[in-house]
Amino acid sequence: MSRSPYVSQAPSVSNIMLKVMLALLPAIAVYVWVYGSGILLVLLLASLTALVAEALVLRIRQRPVWPFVSDCSALLTAWLLALSLPPLAPWWLVVVGTFFAIVVAKQLYGGLGYNPFNPAMVGYAVLLISFPAIMTNWPAPLSLAETSLDWTTQWNIILSGQLPAGVLPDAVSMATPLDYIKTQLKLNHSVDSILQAGQFGWFAGKGAELVAFAYLLGGAYLLHQKIITWHLPISFILGLALMAAGFHWYQPELYAGAGLHLFAGATMLGAFFILTDPVSGPTTPNGKIIFALGVAVMTYLIRTFGGYPDGVAFSVLLMNMLVPLIDAWTQPRVFGHKP
Amino acid sequence: MFSLNRIVDLIKQPVHRTEVHLRGGVHPDEHKHESTQQPIMSLPIPHQIVLPLRQHVGHLPKLLVKVGERVKKGQLLAEAEGSISAAIHATTSGTVIAVQDSLIPHPSGLPDQCIVIAADGLDEWVDLHPMDWRQQSPASLIEHLRLSGIVGMGGAAFPTQVKLRTTPKSPVHTLIVNGAECEPYITCDDMLMRERATQIIQGLAIARHIMGVENCIIGIEDNKPEALQAMTEAAAKADFAVQVKVVATMYPSGDARQLIRLLTGIEVPNDKRSTDVGLQCFNVATLLALHRYFDFGEPAVSRIVTMTGRVNEPRNYEVLFGTPMTDLIAASGGALSGVDDYIMGGPMMGFSLPSIHVPVTKASNCIIASAPDLFPPAAEAMPCIRCARCADACPVQLQPQELYWFAKSENIEKAREYHLFDCIECGCCSYVCPSNIPLVQYYRFAKSEAIAQDRAKEAANVARERNEFRLMRIDREKQERAQRHAQKALGSKDSSEQAPAAATNTEDAASKQAAIQAAIERAKAQKAQMKPKNVEDAPTQVKAEIAEIDARREQAKQAVTQSQAQPAAQQASLFDQAPASSDANSADKD
Ligand code: SF4
Ligand code: SF4
Repeated sequence: MSRSPYVSQAPSVSNIMLKVMLALLPAIAVYVWVYGSGILLVLLLASLTALVAEALVLRIRQRPVWPFVSDCSALLTAWLLALSLPPLAPWWLVVVGTFFAIVVAKQLYGGLGYNPFNPAMVGYAVLLISFPAIMTNWPAPLSLAETSLDWTTQWNIILSGQLPAGVLPDAVSMATPLDYIKTQLKLNHSVDSILQAGQFGWFAGKGAELVAFAYLLGGAYLLHQKIITWHLPISFILGLALMAAGFHWYQPELYAGAGLHLFAGATMLGAFFILTDPVSGPTTPNGKIIFALGVAVMTYLIRTFGGYPDGVAFSVLLMNMLVPLIDAWTQPRVFGHKP
Repeated sequence: MFSLNRIVDLIKQPVHRTEVHLRGGVHPDEHKHESTQQPIMSLPIPHQIVLPLRQHVGHLPKLLVKVGERVKKGQLLAEAEGSISAAIHATTSGTVIAVQDSLIPHPSGLPDQCIVIAADGLDEWVDLHPMDWRQQSPASLIEHLRLSGIVGMGGAAFPTQVKLRTTPKSPVHTLIVNGAECEPYITCDDMLMRERATQIIQGLAIARHIMGVENCIIGIEDNKPEALQAMTEAAAKADFAVQVKVVATMYPSGDARQLIRLLTGIEVPNDKRSTDVGLQCFNVATLLALHRYFDFGEPAVSRIVTMTGRVNEPRNYEVLFGTPMTDLIAASGGALSGVDDYIMGGPMMGFSLPSIHVPVTKASNCIIASAPDLFPPAAEAMPCIRCARCADACPVQLQPQELYWFAKSENIEKAREYHLFDCIECGCCSYVCPSNIPLVQYYRFAKSEAIAQDRAKEAANVARERNEFRLMRIDREKQERAQRHAQKALGSKDSSEQAPAAATNTEDAASKQAAIQAAIERAKAQKAQMKPKNVEDAPTQVKAEIAEIDARREQAKQAVTQSQAQPAAQQASLFDQAPASSDANSADKD
């Protein structure tokens, strides 16, 4: 009997997923600090929905429930989706989105390892298309809001889906930096003057840029732990930065620079946590670079010329479709074969 | 400790570190020090010797002895037959008491023909004839080697005389000496280099002479400083230039093609042999065997075996071929409690012995006594998450996750396209897979399927060829009949036209011959076409490997289905009830 190799030195799938979740913790902490603790409830709701949905479908599909639920991949999907939603999203939005991500985007395609699309991004895209108003309604960072909400109020908003009596929507919400720039550009303001507005910090939105920075930190941890390789995040960041810098150099008053694009929206979350989903992404080193550059270009185009405030989700989904082709075209040269 | 001379020698013969690094590869815990604490020890002569006729890759040798005959140590018992084959010698003196099927240490777990000798304990040699090989032509030395029984000692067991043969078309300019020994646990080459470096160099001198080679490079991993030093010193004393190079410890640097690249920067093309690019690679123990054969007249009768793992005293032993594995285990103080499996080879590429009642053979480089806590059964396989860790670890730059997908869906054509046959079954991919997928077993399965398909195609071709002949014959007979009729009609009119008619007849015979010839040609061409592209150019070694793989076919199939259904269960019971159980196995053997 040959069952060689007899030794193995692999982290388990759940180990990998848990490490990725661990890498999200700094960002979640900053998130709470910037936007309040509502996100914790959103995370909890998403996690529960994901686990229940996963277990349910596995049961229906007559697959072993425990090994697959305990691999933590559903939890990670839930977290990534939760972190993409507006922090005060009503509970049903979280549940519907997560349910869709787990049941349709993942399990109906065959479960772990078989989903061609990034489940969290499918969930996000479906919500964005179905409920655009809620999905684009972001609360202001606590430090900038006229009325700041304590955590019980935040949790109440999420659970009831309504603002408490006496609080006006404008008092707690605010356009995201990317949105804000878009609308202001339409009013013929120059990028420079727009960035003077009080809601901007060093690179992008005050507060939001800190969350982005925390994602970057988590990403560095993942790189260090060899959970991910550099190809996807670095190519994406470089690609986006180059696009932004190029346009900015061409017409500075019309196009925001690289700093804003890197630290606004879902750039950092996308670079280290979304693009790096192994199942729906490419596997070859060159394929990863092509994939990431593709996402970068599309993200920039959607952000700058498209109708949506951010483009990471759609770009990732579009590039997901090309993965089989990219992989096939970028097969590395095998030992002893001619190039 | 260092004498000045030594230091001067070391400076004169600098040890080079290779700049080339393995692409991919893994570095499992080495576990080498356990078995290197003690010098090599000779195992006492066993009471009984069981010599499998097939201890090498290639044809079965021809048996020369009869039951009841008394034989001396070193006496030829079976001679090499065919171009790829190796002789078998008595490894001690005694009486041949049986020629029978016995279990042999082979992954198939099947019994094979063995010569059983009751040892008389005298260990009496035949008359030995050392040879002044320097005065002999390479051709005659190679001819002699057919009688030596020497095969590659690194574990591949490929007949050495075949590897030493050069053709004018592809002259060899560099000899590579493989002292990398990259697999964990195995230390037999390490100890051999430490203790018998000079003899290895003497063997190298012979190989160099036979192949007419100028350059010699010895490759040793940097986790063997003692061996490195011993070899460097021995190399410095040689009367020809030998370069000793250090390669970074990384599995599988000891794979011949990988080592060649590490030492020379040359990547042997996948469809060529290393000799096609002027390189040949020998294991250190093989060279030592050459030295013993030509300088002392001793054929291959013993080898160094690492006995390690869960035994009381892990150590390296010099063991006569045919010695029962049980003697080896007993010599090392016996197995510790909990041992339920014995692995031959290393933990990356080895296989579980079908029973401990098998003999040590030419390919037995290492035996590891294994227990569930040493090598735990693999956890349940999860789906592939396409993390590409396997691809990063593959030293051949394959895409194991794609190969797995194709093998699993039995899409053999696609697997070939993704270079299935370039896979060296090193196990690096399985080693790093977070989903615990037994990838290598899938590849073995796919390879054997591919080969089975080719065979089926070939058989179909032969059948088609026959059918074509039949149709052609029927056609021809029809024509001939028609012609005869016509002639008859003519002949009755005018008998004077008989002569020209006879002429057309002979002409006809010639054209018939040509048509048949053409058909044969066509069939041949077709057959050549039908052969898989990947296999047809493969060097003999690879082909031999493929044949080997075939034997494992059913096994792999079983293993895969098993691992799909449940985590591979330990088969402890096999060790209690030895040979009979293997009959249940239906693996077809070459
Ligand atoms: S290492 Fe295992 S899980 Fe990862 S891509 Fe390879 S086969 Fe799939
Ligand atoms: S076993 Fe084959 S596929 Fe796996 S790492 Fe080794 S060569 Fe690559």
